[in-house]
Amino acid sequence: MEIKDVRAGEVSYEKLIINPSWCKGCGICVAFCPKKVLSIENEKIVVNDIEKCIQCGMCELRCPDFAIYVGGKNNEKRA
Amino acid sequence: MPSTLVEKYFRTEKLPQIWCPGCGHGIITRSIASAIDQSGLDKDKVCIVSGIGCSSRAPGYMDFNTLHTTHGRALAFATGIKLANPEIKVIVITGDGDATAIGGNHLIHACRRNIGITTIVYNNNIYGMTGGQYSPTTPKGDKGTTAPFGNIDKSFDICSLASAAGATYTARATAYHANLLTTLVKNALANDGFSLVEAVSACPTYYGRKNKKGNAVEMMEWQKNNAVNVAAASKMTQEQLEGKFLIGEFKNKPEPEYTSEYQKIIDKLAKGR
Repeated sequence: MEIKDVRAGEVSYEKLIINPSWCKGCGICVAFCPKKVLSIENEKIVVNDIEKCIQCGMCELRCPDFAIYVGGKNNEKRA
Repeated sequence: MPSTLVEKYFRTEKLPQIWCPGCGHGIITRSIASAIDQSGLDKDKVCIVSGIGCSSRAPGYMDFNTLHTTHGRALAFATGIKLANPEIKVIVITGDGDATAIGGNHLIHACRRNIGITTIVYNNNIYGMTGGQYSPTTPKGDKGTTAPFGNIDKSFDICSLASAAGATYTARATAYHANLLTTLVKNALANDGFSLVEAVSACPTYYGRKNKKGNAVEMMEWQKNNAVNVAAASKMTQEQLEGKFLIGEFKNKPEPEYTSEYQKIIDKLAKGR
């Protein structure tokens, strides 16, 4: 399910939260996601198949622009 | 709302950063914030100091006491802060050119004194901000805008340089090995004396483009495939190590720290009154 936080410009997929306004489209998260959940469209990050996401946090760890992070866990209040 | 780590330690109203798409500096900066978080330091008792360069923009985004100083002089300013307030955790964020060329003299003397400063060198092998000139860490033969036919200088090994100059903690990790980097920065913060962590970054805009290293992802794949942990390297042959570089902890030998030694002199003289 997709929930849009209009105020912050973030898109929440519950397991994963992305902020397209901070994304520069470098593709690092896409390359290092072990489950191939992500892709780049129009130079911005998009979630292809949230069902495959295992919340390993590799995208959050290596995103240079803090534009993607795992929901729940430590970010519980935010999700 | 960003993640809890980013919200707690960054000035989110200043984000996104100025760095190019795919620049490793953002990953390294997040790792440092993560290490500070894991060390349980009080934000108001941390001061982050930087010089000039791409790397030195980092403290502007970080929500601590921060100071953006002149080129190469971050360690000189940091020495002053540490001597005036020894209880403050002083962290210097600097680049390869800022630390080893313009500020080379400050670096070796801060190492020699073993003053309690944690230095993180963002090494992208080039001067990014000023347009891709070769730096003291540009590998021999590689190109920069000021070395269009290849650089003939031998490059510095920053960790060996700092170890030899007297730093009591030296380590290296890369933007790809972000979790290792967090651990090493945490260990460096735990050392009372001078610590230096070299964070190998990636500059896809200048170093990558000039040397046909590919895009940001390919540069990070290169880090993944060519970094060898120092523990594993001891069991490898010379041929296996050909063209590789070492990551991990190189030196961790605590020695008396400068400001505490200085305090001893003050205490000794105060008794004589």
